[in-house]
Amino acid sequence: MAQAISPPEAPKETRTGRYSSDAAGLGKARAGVFVAPALLLVAAFLVFPALWVLYLGLTNYRLTGAAAAEPEFVGLGNLLGAVADPAFWNSTWLTVQFVLGSAVIGQVGLGFTIAWLLRDRRGPLKRLVEGLVILAWILPGAIVSFLWVALLDRDGGTLNALLGLPGFAWLLDHPMLSIIVFNTWRGTAFSMMLYGAALSNVPPSHLESARLAGASSWQQLRDVVFPHIRGHILTNLLLISLWTFNDFTPFLLTAGGPDGKSEVLAVHVYKVALQSGELGHGAAVSTIILLINLVVAVFYLRLLRSRR
Amino acid sequence: MAAIELRGLSKVYPGGVRALDALDLVIPDGEFFALLGPSGCGKTTLLRTIAGLESATGGSVLIGGRDVTGTQPGGRDVAMVFQDYALFPHMDVTDNIAYPLRIKKVAKGARRAKAAEVAARLGLDHLMDRRPGQLSGGQQQRVALARVMATQAQAYLFDEPLSNLDARLRLEARTFLKKLQRELGVTTVFVTHDQAEALAMADRMAVMEAGHIRQIGTPAEVFQRPANTFVAGFIGSTPMNLLDGSVRGDTLEVAGCKLPVPAAAEGRVSDGDTIVYGVRPEYMTYSAEPAEGALSGKVAIVENLGASHLVTLDVAGVNVQAVVPEGGEPAVGDEGHAVPRRDRALVYRDGALV
Repeated sequence: MAQAISPPEAPKETRTGRYSSDAAGLGKARAGVFVAPALLLVAAFLVFPALWVLYLGLTNYRLTGAAAAEPEFVGLGNLLGAVADPAFWNSTWLTVQFVLGSAVIGQVGLGFTIAWLLRDRRGPLKRLVEGLVILAWILPGAIVSFLWVALLDRDGGTLNALLGLPGFAWLLDHPMLSIIVFNTWRGTAFSMMLYGAALSNVPPSHLESARLAGASSWQQLRDVVFPHIRGHILTNLLLISLWTFNDFTPFLLTAGGPDGKSEVLAVHVYKVALQSGELGHGAAVSTIILLINLVVAVFYLRLLRSRR
Repeated sequence: MAAIELRGLSKVYPGGVRALDALDLVIPDGEFFALLGPSGCGKTTLLRTIAGLESATGGSVLIGGRDVTGTQPGGRDVAMVFQDYALFPHMDVTDNIAYPLRIKKVAKGARRAKAAEVAARLGLDHLMDRRPGQLSGGQQQRVALARVMATQAQAYLFDEPLSNLDARLRLEARTFLKKLQRELGVTTVFVTHDQAEALAMADRMAVMEAGHIRQIGTPAEVFQRPANTFVAGFIGSTPMNLLDGSVRGDTLEVAGCKLPVPAAAEGRVSDGDTIVYGVRPEYMTYSAEPAEGALSGKVAIVENLGASHLVTLDVAGVNVQAVVPEGGEPAVGDEGHAVPRRDRALVYRDGALV
């Protein structure tokens, strides 16, 4: 029987492929014109304020008074003062708790769990859960804060009514727990959606292959799912950590209180700079926050780059 | 190693699609068995139901005499090669091959030794530290095979194992797979939509259509005596001539020509029956001279198949194809006569072989 055989194919290009550095054929000058508006916006609203904060942190600039009119250069005084302030270290520690509790454990953990449980589901249950989770995310911060104040209120609060604990002051007795749970509830949607998309990219045959080998659910997660979505996990952790680190919404719930017990760094800066009026001091703390953010970002990006 | 037995196996998807309709099938121990059919016929569903990746909605699956209908895939003691091979991209070849052993908690040294042993047999020993992304398609396929072999499962299931290879490699892999299965002697079921692949590799095969098995038999049986017109049209690299006709006394009238009743149908048709006359182009003797019992017409098309030619005759408006050895091919427009081999021609009545 005659069999049609095509000649052996020439070795294919690797899948990553090598694109020319000028794929669109624009040339450097014209490409620069296209990028310029975005760069200008970034420069005006991101780079300049950041540099301005660096400068302010080196002055004794105040909101009011003589130093507001003619700030004096004080060098590293503000920075040293901030580092010597126990309130700063308290805030840093609270922020670490806030980030680990609400972002890494809360939002990422819960978001992934929901995405994993709903991965093969269709129909009303999935839509309901997703709808509720996303609703918490898209509502304006002022509104959800008010809702949570109403929920956690000592006397007329919904939660106390449900639990039968009249007079239990959640926001006063457990301020950190309150804002961690609040922020988890508020931000889970992003992680859930990101992991939902990531999980749909895991080839079903890989999971089935593991199932045929007898792998348990945990082994399937460890050996198939996590390696596949490692990049998603790291990107997600990076974004969530930074957002939560800089999040100011807890202020709307507890105003940093009682007695600084929920004063995360963003709230600390606000109090120092705007309530006490020491803008220079506040700018110095902001500089430190900026540095911490940079370190966190570089850490995650390093991990991302080391994949495969 | 074990036989696979299906009893009244059904699979109905939510929404009412009946992918498998009460199938009965016995695959004896050590057999190389092909599931063949067009896309959507249920062959992959059947394989996945044997594996336990799909749950049966009726009937039962027995592997080695054990009813595994309700057993999880991991508990069925079968191993599968997926169409995309399903190699884990973050593991090297050794870890991929040894993965099922790792799940079974085989000690690290033992499973590495087993992986090395199986890999050596498949000629992969110099690739053990590579990731799947650094392997060619053929090498990936062999790694997937090695992973299956390392498990020492009772049965192997292959889902279109050759479809991701290019044409030349596919022929090599076909020979290689058949030889390997012979040597291992493990019951193996494979799914394919390529009838040539099924004919070439399988000990026995099932031809499926729309959730039903249309014929089970050895490749020779299925090729020479297709049980119905569906199988007749599906099997064969050049499609079988299926010509409408009727019985006139003790001869057949097909496309205006008088043909003798084929040997196999002698005495089993009666005057006036409406039939379909089936004969493969390979079983036609072509001549330029008029002959007794020939289908005669004008040559419409001549196609070169390499060592032979496929000649299409226009017989009273019906296309009849015949394979002509090289050297004897006619020119388009010639008068031609094709005599079916009486011992190979078939008669179908109501779609079934007489």
